[in-house]
Amino acid sequence: MNQPFYVAPEQLMKDRADYARKGIARGRALVAVQYVDGILLVSENTSNTLRKISEIYDRIGFAGVGKYNEFDQLRRFGVRNADVRGYQYSRDDVEARSLANEYAQILGQTFTHDVKPYEVEILLVEVGTDQNSDQLFHIMYDGTLMDERGLSVLGGDAEAIGGRLRETWLPGDVLDVAVRKCVAALAGPDRTLQADGLEVAILSRSIERRCFKRFDDQEIDAFLS
Amino acid sequence: MVVPFFDVDNDPGSNFTSLLRKVGLDPFAVASFGDSQQVLAPHATTVLAVRYLNGVIMAGDRRATMGNRISNREMEKVVPADRHSGVAISGTAGVAMDMIKIFQLQLEHFEKLDGRPISLEGKANQLSQLVRANLAGAMQGLGVIPIFAGYDLLRNTGRLWDFDITGGRYEEREFVATGSGGGPASTVLKVGFRPNMSADDAVDLACRALLEAADVDSATGGPDVLRSIYPVVATISVDGWERRDDADLARRFEALVLEQRQRQDGMSS
Repeated sequence: MNQPFYVAPEQLMKDRADYARKGIARGRALVAVQYVDGILLVSENTSNTLRKISEIYDRIGFAGVGKYNEFDQLRRFGVRNADVRGYQYSRDDVEARSLANEYAQILGQTFTHDVKPYEVEILLVEVGTDQNSDQLFHIMYDGTLMDERGLSVLGGDAEAIGGRLRETWLPGDVLDVAVRKCVAALAGPDRTLQADGLEVAILSRSIERRCFKRFDDQEIDAFLS
Repeated sequence: MVVPFFDVDNDPGSNFTSLLRKVGLDPFAVASFGDSQQVLAPHATTVLAVRYLNGVIMAGDRRATMGNRISNREMEKVVPADRHSGVAISGTAGVAMDMIKIFQLQLEHFEKLDGRPISLEGKANQLSQLVRANLAGAMQGLGVIPIFAGYDLLRNTGRLWDFDITGGRYEEREFVATGSGGGPASTVLKVGFRPNMSADDAVDLACRALLEAADVDSATGGPDVLRSIYPVVATISVDGWERRDDADLARRFEALVLEQRQRQDGMSS
């Protein structure tokens, strides 16, 4: 009978983590920040149809980086979960926290038990009635769940981008200022990013019921100029 | 109920009712009471839709009845389905309300999963499938007959549909009215309809149709001046769903009542 080679659990986990991190680092980064009226999400994305940022429910948004088919599968799970919950209970009973926990369970389970971990990092945001009740849940490929304050950066080069953004960002920024700061942080000192290479969306407190709004290239251009 | 993580060959797609069935929440599962049993439940009555220059107008009275009792005076039977369409219902109120809820959720669910809204025709088709799914309920007297209307952003025009109890879907060119007061309301719309009416004229016509329906049909509520309850009247144009406020409707009904009074005064003198 063939005996599999012994691999130390530390090594096994490290290999998986390295594998997932490599996959995520290949993709472009995404940032989310609080601004005066809600939460702003900005990502580098050259595609106009394959979205990284999307709507889950009335006050909940989703963003993913890494492998598209994997985070899109997670997004669909989120929409289904939220809609069934809202149907069965009430729209007020759908919240980001419980969904973030479910995501953490799925990613954690897959990381330890499946052949291949998810090569994704996801962000679940919920816009509250005021800035203190806004929530940003950052979930890693291995199921690590982080409750972040104010801003969150996902994907390749996250540390450098986060560093740049923390120098300029203020929670009281108005929308166009916040967009410009996010884009500058994503681009870094040597590049400029154009509207057609960006995906920008908000969850705004001043929109009734479905708070999610995506901006088209023209609107993004107006923010940047 | 927990929504599972579907694998590829078991995925319900973008359809909300299939999703509900997959997780064991079939909204149209009806227990059989035997052939002769009919359930007495609140009923909703007259609703209508009529085309005008910039789109469609939907309207409905506010009364729900159970047998010969008024069970509710403030029911809203005409509601937005999404930004550019509306749905109006007549029939068993409880079933109809759930059907509306599922229909609204279905449109939103699809839009979120697929990243674009369903076409207006597609929405009408979805609604007809919901009506069809309730056929078992309808056979026990729990039928629902909706009207669907909206602004077609692909064709830049208002469109409207009525349905039968089996889910049959019929697009109408000018107007439609259904429910217990649907007969008299239809007649008023038929006589008063002009192509490309202004919103103002079309709202007046809708109010007149509801007033005449309430005059003949005991299950249809007229304008309730005592409690300040007026019918729901809404326009759907390229700018989306917009409900007329009660002050505006109060003025219109006042004018209609005045007109009738003058007519009667003329007869008696």
